[in-house]
Amino acid sequence: MKEVVAFYPILIDGTITTIILTVLSSILALVISFVVGLSRISKFKIIRILAIIYLEFFRGSSALVQMFFIYFVLPMWGIYFDALTAGVIAIGCNLGAYGSEVVRGGVLAVGKEQHEASLALNYSPYKRYRHVIIPQAIPVMIPTFGNLQIELLKLTAVASLITISDLTFMAHIIRVQTALTLEPFLVILVIYFIIASILVKIVDLIAKKFSKGRNIMIAGEN
Amino acid sequence: MKNIIKFEKVSKSFGDLKVLNQLNLEVKDGEKLALIGPSGSGKTTILRILMTLETIDDGFVSVNNEYLWHETINDKIVPATDKHLQKMRDQIGMVFQQFNLFPHLTAIENVKQPQILVKKKNEIEAKEKAEDLFNMIGLSDKIDHYPHQLSGGQQQRVAIARALAMDPKIMLFDEVTSALDPELVDEVLAVLRKLAADSDTTMLTVTHEMNFAQDFADRVLFFDAGQIVESGSPKNLFSSPKEERTKSFLRKFI
Repeated sequence: MKEVVAFYPILIDGTITTIILTVLSSILALVISFVVGLSRISKFKIIRILAIIYLEFFRGSSALVQMFFIYFVLPMWGIYFDALTAGVIAIGCNLGAYGSEVVRGGVLAVGKEQHEASLALNYSPYKRYRHVIIPQAIPVMIPTFGNLQIELLKLTAVASLITISDLTFMAHIIRVQTALTLEPFLVILVIYFIIASILVKIVDLIAKKFSKGRNIMIAGEN
Repeated sequence: MKNIIKFEKVSKSFGDLKVLNQLNLEVKDGEKLALIGPSGSGKTTILRILMTLETIDDGFVSVNNEYLWHETINDKIVPATDKHLQKMRDQIGMVFQQFNLFPHLTAIENVKQPQILVKKKNEIEAKEKAEDLFNMIGLSDKIDHYPHQLSGGQQQRVAIARALAMDPKIMLFDEVTSALDPELVDEVLAVLRKLAADSDTTMLTVTHEMNFAQDFADRVLFFDAGQIVESGSPKNLFSSPKEERTKSFLRKFI
């Protein structure tokens, strides 16, 4: 175990890379979730169809293969991404597909009467969604988004396969250098778990903030 | 007095069910109208058509001498565009049976937000107007409560304030006390009685409260099967109904 601890600088680097990869992918995934999720309920059929194609493509194929495709295949057509960008795109697009279903579900969970009330007050469709529907849908979405957030963190481990030097990548390096197998993986297992626990805590805090005024019970409250 | 609302041979069906059948109706500017009748007789549909929540199948509806569901483009009458509906909607406000307050906003934010977003008022003007209205509905001490912290009657009074804050020419009240516990009905009706007495806004109310209809309305319409069976002043209609259907309906309330 001492040998592994001696590698702490690269473990810290790996942790930072994993966090950067997680944060950037999450931002991309969140944006895609809303764009695709809201497109699914657009009144224009063509937009709905494009959103479904996106969803089915990214949900229906392996994230790892998508990542390989972006990193190894696209350069053959002259499109180059560095490893981190390729990882962010693949993970963000993939989780964005799942997230879009969460957004769609959350928005559809807001009752028809809220649409009618805002229409009666003459809100434009944009204002209706921006100020009435989405603010009410977000508390519904947050718990599922929390689960996806953890899924996303775990998915970042495969990014080591396209040479991103994240935690998993560093564990491989330590394994090669020290000939130890159990210890490096045990250490990163714990680090992943700690990051995941922090993410869960953050999601809880966000959930509390967004639930103000609503009669929704959140686990751990009251 | 000029007409502010006019229905000309308006029909509306939901599937096989014809809820309005060639309905004709004229409402004068400032008139207070009570719509009574058995469930499913089309009363609520009239309000929902005026609020543009329901389309019409046939006929014409005019508000303030302009078609609501149609517009004239190059001398041709065509179905209304979203833009036209938005312009027309500006003149009409509605209070719903289930209050439909925005649950994520406090009571005063519920009344302020539409003024700011739709009427383009600034924060101070919107707040002033809201505070006046909370005073009127007797809830000045509850302005920072969220809807779920208020009783049904209080929520409905906030919903009335929210609709009034938009200064509509026409106010629609759709069975506004039907979802309330009996002991909360009076506080809401008291607000409406006051409104009807003090304001020159045109008001249409669908109600099952016959005593209220009597105080509130200049004219009462009795509906059955998508048509007006009988109409008249509250005094005449309630004390000496002519039609048999009206008589048998009113008997259930005495």
